[in-house]
Amino acid sequence: MASYIVRRVLMMIPLLVLVSGVIFIVIQLPPGDYVSRHVARLEMEGVVTHEAEIEALKRRYGLDRPVHEQYLLWVRAMLRGDFGYSFAVRRPVLSVVAERLPYSIIISVATLLFSWVVAFLVGTYTATRQYSPGDYIASFLGFLGLATPNFMLALILMWIMYSVFGFTVGGLFSPEYQDAPWTMGRVLDLLKHLIIPVIVVGTAGTAGSIRILRANLLDELNKPYVITAEAKGVPPFRRLCKYPLRVALIPFTSTVGWELPNIVSGETITAVVLSLPTVGPMLLRALVDQDMFLAGSLILFLSLLTLVGTLVSDLLLAWLDPRIRYDR
Amino acid sequence: MSTGRDNTQHQRDEGAEEQRHPQGDRSILVASQWQLMWRRLKRHRLAMASLVVLFFIYAMAIFAPFISPYDPFETYPQRTFAPPQIPRFYDPEAGFSIRPFVYGLTSEVDMEARRRVHTIDYDEMLPLHFFVRGEPYNLFGIMETDIRLFGVEEGTAFIFGTDRYGRDMFSRIAHGARISISIGLIGVFISFVLGVSIGGFSGYLGGGFDNAIQRIIEFIRSVPTLPLWMGLSAALPLHWPPTTRYFAIVAILSIIGWTGLARVVRSKFLSMREEDFVVAARLINASERRVIFVHMVPTFLSHIIASLTLSIPGMILGETALSFLGIGLRPPVVSWGVLLQQAQNVATLARSPWLLIPGIFVILTVLAFNFLGDGIRDAADPYSTEGV
Repeated sequence: MASYIVRRVLMMIPLLVLVSGVIFIVIQLPPGDYVSRHVARLEMEGVVTHEAEIEALKRRYGLDRPVHEQYLLWVRAMLRGDFGYSFAVRRPVLSVVAERLPYSIIISVATLLFSWVVAFLVGTYTATRQYSPGDYIASFLGFLGLATPNFMLALILMWIMYSVFGFTVGGLFSPEYQDAPWTMGRVLDLLKHLIIPVIVVGTAGTAGSIRILRANLLDELNKPYVITAEAKGVPPFRRLCKYPLRVALIPFTSTVGWELPNIVSGETITAVVLSLPTVGPMLLRALVDQDMFLAGSLILFLSLLTLVGTLVSDLLLAWLDPRIRYDR
Repeated sequence: MSTGRDNTQHQRDEGAEEQRHPQGDRSILVASQWQLMWRRLKRHRLAMASLVVLFFIYAMAIFAPFISPYDPFETYPQRTFAPPQIPRFYDPEAGFSIRPFVYGLTSEVDMEARRRVHTIDYDEMLPLHFFVRGEPYNLFGIMETDIRLFGVEEGTAFIFGTDRYGRDMFSRIAHGARISISIGLIGVFISFVLGVSIGGFSGYLGGGFDNAIQRIIEFIRSVPTLPLWMGLSAALPLHWPPTTRYFAIVAILSIIGWTGLARVVRSKFLSMREEDFVVAARLINASERRVIFVHMVPTFLSHIIASLTLSIPGMILGETALSFLGIGLRPPVVSWGVLLQQAQNVATLARSPWLLIPGIFVILTVLAFNFLGDGIRDAADPYSTEGV
């Protein structure tokens, strides 16, 4: 197990290099460099800039050097915790990330748990009651959930809430708790506001997981050992839980790894529609303002979130399934 | 002529078919692989229904100017946010009429709310006519004509309502279908080229190259796609003309989309390398190219078609999401995502829910492609399990 963990953690290093490389390209893509865009923005606001000031800024960000050196400078600064300064919100990038990333993590983890519990229950139900009305309804809703874009679902739920119950859904806190210190009441308020985002973000993933669990469990349930158990008179519930369910859960667990990127993607756009204080809306704003340092760092942190999530799920899987940790 | 693979394939299929038709339909014995696939696909009801739905959506896209009663950019300032005028056959006073009709609208300005209020005027019946003369348009850039599929002779017929500038939603959806659907097709074509060549090389060469490619694919799959798409498409210069922007967006969507296909192709190549018919072909001194293109590719072409079909929805949803956020395609280009942008505000949405109709078309198209892809996958290989 220890050697597997070491190997798996070491695999993160090339992944991190690739992520940083891709994000550096995204930062570099827009025409003009960072400082000249900043200067143009200042001039539009009527601020007089001096040639020497611009040169100093360019030197500070290493813009007078070749591209690969700029990349290394950027990485070195990040390792020291300096993610640059956002001109769109006039704050250090790191403080923006620190403010918003926790909520993104909360929503992602909550969605993952929600989708897991629902998929487990519904998947087991539909597999054991194949072709029952419940099975058909679940399949139908599942397909619909897979086909509906996240933002569309968010819009529809908002519209229903607004026109039926007369209140606007949005944000993660009620106004009275917006700036309040953390109390039990605030936590409960947060949980109440989490329901809709979690449902919206989780639908597509849950639908996919249900299909996978149902298919795997159906395969298992038709195997001779289950029939033998039935012939010997093992009670139905025990017959289901003892082996078939456990075997079917393994591929199901492994899907979590690639579920997380989808959840983060979905969370990004859902947060824009529901105006949640997460990374998503800030990323959109940074991109529209062409504040590429902020945007790049936000994408970097979202990618980190999924990479770490995949790592955790792989380790969990190795712990669950000995075949994986002794393989190779 | 017939290779070993074809024979085993046929025998397997015959066995399966014979069980279902004990009397034995002799035509099955001479049917080609594609004919057998088509037969199996025809039995998949959802897939066939999806095929019909897709046929209509594509027809709508291709003949958009003919089908839409109005020009998609024509504004009717008197009719902003007009509700849908649903075609009907029955009126309490006039009774049934074979010819469908819509009720007229009366519009007035609500001074307090500062917006136009439309009420349906049940006394004014506007019969719908087919092949009416409307605004002239140019069909396929060759035919100048003014005949449109349907319309009213007097008044207006906005069957899906109008948007904030009083433009006909139905006409805009029909024109938006052109962009939204073609993005899926072109994107899948690029993914196809990338996926088959990279996945093919990876599976065929194996070794270090294969390993590197697999790591890259794993990497792309573990990064959240939407933020990356957003980053790339926001980096596109704003002054680019719509067509360039369109192709750039397609390219961005395909950069991520090829990985799934590459995986399918690679695993097929890996498992196929050791198959008897491939070894046999090598032994009789067939060239590498012949082995690949004559013997290997045809066996998994159907799987490729299935995964291609299943990857179109992702492209369509990706474009819709980007355009909805305002960093994908931009007006004046009309796509379903661009149309949905108007529905961002809840207050607007509550007053004019018909702005969500483009979303119904997105869902319908995505569902149809999913069902069709499932059907093709089942038809391509009756022994495959779900989730491959």
